[in-house]
Amino acid sequence: MTERQRVTLEVNGRSYEREVEPRLLLSDFLRHELDLTGTHVGCEHGVCGACTVLFDGEPIRACLMLAVQAEGHQLETVEGLTDDPEKLHPLQQAFWDAHGLQCGFCTAGILMTLLPFLKENPEPTEEEIRLALSGNLCRCTGYQHIVAAVKLAADYLREPAA
Amino acid sequence: MKPAPVSYEAPDSLDAALAALQEHGFDAKILAGGQSLVPLLNFRLAQPGVLIDLNPISDLAWVRESAAGGLSIGAMTRQRKVETHPLVAERAPLLHEALPQVAHPQIRNRGTVGGSLAHADPAAELPVVAVTLGARFRLQSATGERWIDARDFYVSLMTTELQPDEILVEIELPLLPPRTGCAFVELARRHGDYATSGVAAVVTLDDAGQCSQARLVYLSAGDTPMAADRAASQLVGGDLSAESIRAAAEHATTEEIEPTADIHASVAYKRHLARVLTERALASAKARAGGSAGG
Ligand SMILES: Cc1cc2nc3c(=O)[nH]c(=O)nc-3n(C[C@H](O)[C@H](O)[C@H](O)COP(=O)(O)OP(=O)(O)OC[C@H]3O[C@@H](n4cnc5c(N)ncnc54)[C@H](O)[C@@H]3O)c2cc1C
Ligand code: FES
Ligand code: FES
Repeated sequence: MTERQRVTLEVNGRSYEREVEPRLLLSDFLRHELDLTGTHVGCEHGVCGACTVLFDGEPIRACLMLAVQAEGHQLETVEGLTDDPEKLHPLQQAFWDAHGLQCGFCTAGILMTLLPFLKENPEPTEEEIRLALSGNLCRCTGYQHIVAAVKLAADYLREPAA
Repeated sequence: MKPAPVSYEAPDSLDAALAALQEHGFDAKILAGGQSLVPLLNFRLAQPGVLIDLNPISDLAWVRESAAGGLSIGAMTRQRKVETHPLVAERAPLLHEALPQVAHPQIRNRGTVGGSLAHADPAAELPVVAVTLGARFRLQSATGERWIDARDFYVSLMTTELQPDEILVEIELPLLPPRTGCAFVELARRHGDYATSGVAAVVTLDDAGQCSQARLVYLSAGDTPMAADRAASQLVGGDLSAESIRAAAEHATTEEIEPTADIHASVAYKRHLARVLTERALASAKARAGGSAGG
């Protein structure tokens, strides 16, 4: 049964149904089948964090799951943060304001890691922030601006619509 | 890289999974959290014909008190669940301390306790914890089940006593005696990376404050979790003084462990690290055993 199998799942509140080969990675499914290319792919072995998405609300590596395993589950990707490009999610706005990105390759994975983290830790310390991001590699920023952006994001999220 | 073509089965019960495993034999691989297996598939280091996914089976994940007053953990329980479970913090403080050092939260959200134990990476934390605490594993096949001590389970590099038709289903940790202290200490180049060196220490004190039981087990120190039994037995009957701790650490790390060199560290450096970490682990295990609770 290496032939295609049907997957039905929900991504950013919308349901999709596709037939895919079992070997198709969830990361490639999002990018190539659903055209949700905001989820990036760096290493394909779980190290870089670029492909982090929310699976039933928890951050996971999309490159370490098969698309067929997502049958019946709910995913959130960076595209789900806002549906209006003119109005960024507070987390995105903070990264913009604090220069939390340069090339942006790592950013989607970092935002999806932080979304549940900031919900659980609305006032994180710098150490907690660095620990939370230990599974996300950034080759550009040196992390300083990312940490600053997370602090700013925590402020924005505590006082929405600032 | 991408996985080679493979078939995928998602049985909805343990019996169905065991039947599928028996049918496909060596051609099948169990898919648990996928956090070690999928990288191997992506690199095509593993090319099984069939993946048998345990994730849809709802009753393989639990954390509860065992009949003997210790802890019972279902093999498919996510590492992150175990890390944050209050009963684990209370009954198995060593496991609680080791888990945050396993990879990153995103990996622990998927990775399972059983998967890490079955994968048997000598650099992994959980096999060391299981051996240190004297855990037992329940292995099930289509034809029956058996219990095996963690100590006997690990055969060599990524090789265990698991037979191709068996699934690890349950992990049982014994109840710690009173006045027992545990410590897990490791050094990794970056938090979440596999550690260059690491050690688990458990000591029990008697009423007079003398050490009545001690265990030392190392990761990244050989092909399997490496128990330094002679060094640990040197500590029994003594008062865990700084000198006796130093002597045990010296013995364990020069005579009993067998680290190999890699691009990050030479053998001499790994032995040195292990010695320093052993002293720290034993000192904190002793301090924790001194408290009234089980450390
Ligand atoms: C970036 C990264 C960093 C990591 N760092 C660490 C680290 O620092 N320390 C560490 O210990 N681990 C680390 N890991 C590995 C991680 O802990 C894995 O979750 C774990 O090794 C395997 O568990 P799993 O549930 O994901 O199993 P899988 O990957 O699904 O399976 C692993 C192997 O075990 C077999 N198997 C799984 N479950 C069973 C079962 N119940 N019965 C029989 N066989 C079974 C599978 O067939 C496979 O051969 C890291 C992983 C990544 C991607
Ligand atoms: S692409 Fe998934 S972690 Fe790097
Ligand atoms: S901004 Fe370029 S990798 Fe992080």
